[in-house]
Amino acid sequence: MTQLRKLSFAALAVTAMLSVPVIADEASEKEGLRIAQARKEVNRGWDNTVASITMTLRNAQGQEATREMRVKTLEVPTDGDKALTIFDSPRDISGTAFLSFSHVNEADEQWIYLPGPKMVRRISTSNKSGPFLGSEYAFEDMTSFEVPKYTYDYIGDEKFEGDDVYVIEQVPVDEFSGYSKQRLWIDKTHYRPRKVLFFDRKGDELKELEFRDYRLFKDEFWRPMKSFMYNLQTNKSTKLVTHDLQFGTELEESDFDSKSLRRAR
Amino acid sequence: MQNLPAWARWCMEKPKTVVVLFLLACIVTGFGTTNLYFRGDYKVFFEENDPQKLAYEEMQNVFSKSENVTFLILPKSENVYQPETFELLYKLTKDAWHIPLSIRVESLANYQYTYADDEGLVVEDLIKKGQYDKAHIDYVRKSIEPLKNVRGRLISDNNQMAVINVTIQLPDGDQTPNIMKIGEFSRQLKAKYEAEFPDHEIHLSGIVSMNDAFALTAMDDASTLIPLMFVIIAVMIALLTRSKAASAVVFAIVGGTIIMTMGIGGWYGVFLSPSTVNVPTMVTTLAVADCLHIIVTYRQKLQKGLAKEQALAESFVINLKAILLTSITTAVGFLMLNFAEVPILSHLGNLTAIGVVLACILSLTVLPAMLMLLPVPKSIVVDENNEKVDKLGHWVMNHHRRILPYSAIILTVSVLFCFNNRLNDVAVEYFDMSSPFRQSVEIQKKYMGGMSNIDFAVYTDEVYGINDPAAMIEVDALVKWLRSQPEVKHVLSFADIIKRLNMNMHGDDPDYYKLPESKELAAQYLLIYEMSLPYGLDLNNQIDLDKSAVRVIAVLENLGSDEFTEFETRTKDWFDKLAPHLRLEAASPALMFAHIGARNMESMVWGSLAALVVISLLITLALRSWRLGLVSLIANLMPAGVGFGIWGMMSGEINMALSVELSMTMGIIVDDSVHFLLKYQAARKDNMSVKDSVNYAFHTVGRAMITTTVVLAAGFSVLMLSDFRLNSDMGLMTTIIFIAALLIDLLFLPSFLMWLDKDKKSKATEAI
Repeated sequence: MTQLRKLSFAALAVTAMLSVPVIADEASEKEGLRIAQARKEVNRGWDNTVASITMTLRNAQGQEATREMRVKTLEVPTDGDKALTIFDSPRDISGTAFLSFSHVNEADEQWIYLPGPKMVRRISTSNKSGPFLGSEYAFEDMTSFEVPKYTYDYIGDEKFEGDDVYVIEQVPVDEFSGYSKQRLWIDKTHYRPRKVLFFDRKGDELKELEFRDYRLFKDEFWRPMKSFMYNLQTNKSTKLVTHDLQFGTELEESDFDSKSLRRAR
Repeated sequence: MQNLPAWARWCMEKPKTVVVLFLLACIVTGFGTTNLYFRGDYKVFFEENDPQKLAYEEMQNVFSKSENVTFLILPKSENVYQPETFELLYKLTKDAWHIPLSIRVESLANYQYTYADDEGLVVEDLIKKGQYDKAHIDYVRKSIEPLKNVRGRLISDNNQMAVINVTIQLPDGDQTPNIMKIGEFSRQLKAKYEAEFPDHEIHLSGIVSMNDAFALTAMDDASTLIPLMFVIIAVMIALLTRSKAASAVVFAIVGGTIIMTMGIGGWYGVFLSPSTVNVPTMVTTLAVADCLHIIVTYRQKLQKGLAKEQALAESFVINLKAILLTSITTAVGFLMLNFAEVPILSHLGNLTAIGVVLACILSLTVLPAMLMLLPVPKSIVVDENNEKVDKLGHWVMNHHRRILPYSAIILTVSVLFCFNNRLNDVAVEYFDMSSPFRQSVEIQKKYMGGMSNIDFAVYTDEVYGINDPAAMIEVDALVKWLRSQPEVKHVLSFADIIKRLNMNMHGDDPDYYKLPESKELAAQYLLIYEMSLPYGLDLNNQIDLDKSAVRVIAVLENLGSDEFTEFETRTKDWFDKLAPHLRLEAASPALMFAHIGARNMESMVWGSLAALVVISLLITLALRSWRLGLVSLIANLMPAGVGFGIWGMMSGEINMALSVELSMTMGIIVDDSVHFLLKYQAARKDNMSVKDSVNYAFHTVGRAMITTTVVLAAGFSVLMLSDFRLNSDMGLMTTIIFIAALLIDLLFLPSFLMWLDKDKKSKATEAI
């Protein structure tokens, strides 16, 4: 009996601890915002990229499934970026193309082209929290980082794999986000995010995202060649490996509209 | 004191040392209790490598988890199509995401309803914030009319109940603290919404709620039954010995036995479970029986005017053999629970066996020492009961010719009724009707038809194999077949989704409510649908990672275990004939219980046989007579026969706790018959006649037999008050068997001896 009582007391104590709010002051919020702005700032002017990516999904049983895709991205300096994703495998969805416009102040827009019925379909926009292609990445994890999407708080300094990093937390502004907050480890020298910890709506740790193998392009832009998303609750994971990344190819606005979807190869 | 073994003499000569040693032993072993922890989840009923459990766990890993908490929402108005109910559904669905470890919440409110509009496929929540008006209610009502994935799952067919289903992801390891946290949180939500929406009843069901109920009833048992049993036993001892000092001594022995037993269990690493929380109750009962034998005889000897030491020594000598023998047989009986397939029943057996041995040791060492330290009771009540026992003996003697045929008839009838019993392990029915969880289950049964599900997984073993029209047709055929079975109440099938998507992609044309023609189309429709689903509502609960397998979830009536496993086999056979190239697996907690019940019974048959053989050999060895050994075997088997016969008349449902009953009770009921036979044999050796020997046996042990049976029956009947049927059924059955054993030993056994031995004697006289 005493064991049981101890148990319930322990449970109570844990609940009480979890419900203590993190107190943020003005200074730490300002510092958080500064870091976020710096992160965005170092990544301006890249114009466009074309990447070929392999996505590997893994479930708790250890089964794996892979998807191949090409992603064309266009920088939109005044708004969120535009991205066109073309799926090359598995065979049954090969040729399917996905177009997304990320917006700073309104809901994102998304279309999909299905080669089978040869039709373009708009996808509902309130699903930004939903999984992208059955993976552990949500749509909102795949779209471009924009400063106004979050409010910030600076937590402290740490070492991450030998490098000095800032630890900040960002809370999504949009009520349709699947997260209550994200904790980021951003290195001080290049303002590259190294790790992100996602918290679900009830405030529990949900996923951990690590960026690996950063490479410098055009002497200016750092891009991770590998990123790894691990779901801490379900033990499922998704790995993204970039095989090829080109900057400054001949892409323009007209390659990113719903008509261009049909032409996408 | 000459007959005493040296150790016993030492105990009586150095009582203070013995008591100090006793206290030390209690302290040392008692520290082990700090290692004890409680596990209330249903997995305690299964071995690590239980095949059904492994299949279930694999399925949970391939697809997503299916352990859940279910909110049943029952408006007082005629149906759920009311503004308040809609508001409740919307709000509670949102709040349910805050239940600890929840990963998915499904209800009418956030059902992902699909339809076509000019530019695309719309996938959206059925009830959004503020959409509680009549127009929207009518829209929802019309929209879900054709949806088989909604009707019978998220809303009852008669529209009177709505369901919010919350999927929980429990981490591995000790789940009980998490389960209790989830249970507590869910009950708070329920209370909050019942207060806010007074015209609604909310009930909690689902597997996690069941686990929570396991933990709660066990706590309940521990906090109510154990104290109650102590009260009952204190009253019994006080009544039977009429001495506070005697009660105190017995309590010291009982307390020591419990502390040491649980402490040793703790050192050994045993955890507490819904079964083992009742070990103290059982150990107490058995320890009291040992103590009473010694105390009652001691009192009788004092009454006859013997001095304290002399009386004690004589009581010791008289009872030594019987206490040793019955303790060993009882321990053997409990140890045979190791044959059980259910780990917590083995724990129960081992812990109780340890307790029995400890009780035996303590009552033969510490008890005499303590009695030595106590003064002789001043007034010894003159025993008028013994006369009644003697009278009973005489009555039996005079009527033994009639008792025998009646016994034979009762026995035959009982054995016939035994065949009424059938195996039935339905986990939800382990809870008494008074438990809130069971009430929820009954409500769910009333409105939804049942809550036992079987998950069927169809493996194509081919990437994107489920999009293949050939495979999809077969899965759809399986779903249709399942829906046509009378015991099936609902089937959740991905084929319904893909058919509807096909219709949506063709401008909602009902003619296209069918499977798409090609694999590519199916894959692409599915892709666009999946890309439209919000957080937590993905299809992974029905489709695996590489789209090679699909899970179909069938909800069945709460069937008995036999029907349940039969249904599994029937479905598998049917599907094997239809689609031999596809692999069909079935798994679910309900299926696990259905299988474990049958396997447990099978192995307990061997356990009981082993107990029977070992115990009979021990008795035969103790009595040094094959003949009397056989007599005792008959006398010891009959009570179980009568017990299961009565059970067959009363209920006829055997669960895993009752399957261990035979080997468990046999060791204990041996007590009465062995005492009786030992005395009878002693008298016969003194050349007394059969009649005088029976009378002597009645006189010397009749009272002790009645006393111990009353104590044992009282102790075990306390378990009957448990809300947990594995415990209450065990208590009831054990009590029935104890009373049957006493009647058999007092009525049938003497009559049988007179018939048996008279025959022999007359033959012997003829030979002269």
